[in-house]
Amino acid sequence: MSMQTVKFRIYRYDPDKDAKPYMQDISVEVDPSTERKLLDALVKLKVVDESLSFRRSCREGVCGSDAMNINGKNGLACITDIDTLKQPIEVRPLPGLPVIRDLIVDMTQFFKQYHSIKPYVINDTPAPDRERLQSQEDRKELDGLYECILCACCSTSCPSFWWNPDKFVGPAGLLAAYRFIADTRDTATNERLDNLEDPYRLFRCHTIMNCVDVCPKELNPTKAIGKIKELMLKRVA
Amino acid sequence: MVNRHVVGAHYGLRDWLVQRATAVIMLVYAVAVGAFVLFAAKAGYADWQKLFSCTWVRVLSTVTFLALLWHAWVGIRDIWMDYIQPLGLRVTAHVVTILWLVASLVYMIKVVWGV
Repeated sequence: MSMQTVKFRIYRYDPDKDAKPYMQDISVEVDPSTERKLLDALVKLKVVDESLSFRRSCREGVCGSDAMNINGKNGLACITDIDTLKQPIEVRPLPGLPVIRDLIVDMTQFFKQYHSIKPYVINDTPAPDRERLQSQEDRKELDGLYECILCACCSTSCPSFWWNPDKFVGPAGLLAAYRFIADTRDTATNERLDNLEDPYRLFRCHTIMNCVDVCPKELNPTKAIGKIKELMLKRVA
Repeated sequence: MVNRHVVGAHYGLRDWLVQRATAVIMLVYAVAVGAFVLFAAKAGYADWQKLFSCTWVRVLSTVTFLALLWHAWVGIRDIWMDYIQPLGLRVTAHVVTILWLVASLVYMIKVVWGV
C-alpha cells in the first residue's frame, strides 16, 4: 500500500482565539486506493490538527453539508476527487456568508430566503381520500427541480446574492420557487408570482450562470428563473 | 423608522421587458446605420447631412435614442442597486442619473433636429 501526500492551504478562523482569519499550510497522507475524495483527506486532516472544523454527514453527495470553496470553485468535498485538484488544494468556506469557525458558515440568511418562497404545496381544496395525483407528464416538469439538496453552492457563488442576500432570493430559493409554481397540485401560483415580482427578489438575477456552473447535482437554476419570468410575462401580455 | 424588511415593488418584470425591447430597437438601428456606412463608403459630409435631414431618419434616431436612455436607466439603476447599500446615497445616485439622462436627451434633440 503506497501512501500519497496531499497538500492543503486551508482557511482557518476561530473567533474565540484568532484576531483575523489566516491560511494554514498543512499536508496529510492518504491511501489512494480507498481515500479518493477530498472529504476523506479532510477527515484524515483532523488527525493531524483536531481543531479543524467543517460540516459533513452522508459523505455521498446527498445531504449537502460539506459544501465549501475548493480551489476557487464551490463544490461538495465528498464527491470531489482529490486527483482532479491542483495542489496545494486551497479550501475556503462558502463565500458571502458569515463564518462561524473555519469552514463552517452561518446559513441563516440562505434558509431565510428559502423559507420566504413557501417551500411546500399550498392547496386549500378538500383533500381527496388517498392523495393528490399528477399525470406523468405534469410530474416530469418537476424533474431537475426537486433534486436540490440545499447545499448553498449556487447561491454563495452568485454575486447578486453576495451584494443583496437579504433581498435577492438567490438561485437555490428561486429553483425551489419554480418547483412549487410548476407543481400542478399547488393552487397558489399567482401569489407565488406576486411574491417574486420585485426588482430585487427575482430580477437581481443577471443570468451570469455561476449557479449552473457549480451545482453538484447538475441542476439549472437559470433555466428555472427563465421559466418564472416567462410565466410572469404570460400573466401580463 | 423601524427597520422592517420590505419587498414587493412590482416593477421587476416591466423593466426586464423594457431592457429587452429597447435592445432590439438599438440593434435594428445599428444594423441600418452600419449598412449605410458599408454601402455608401464614399459618402461625404453632404450625403450624411442629406440622410439626416430626412424626417423619418430623425424620427428613427430619436426613437433609438429614447430606447438607449431607457435601457441605460434600467442598467445603471441596476448597478446602483447592486453596489450602493445606503438608501440616501442610492436615491441620490438615481436622481443624478435621471438628470444626466434627461440632459443628454435635450442635447440629442438639438443635434438631431438642428442639422
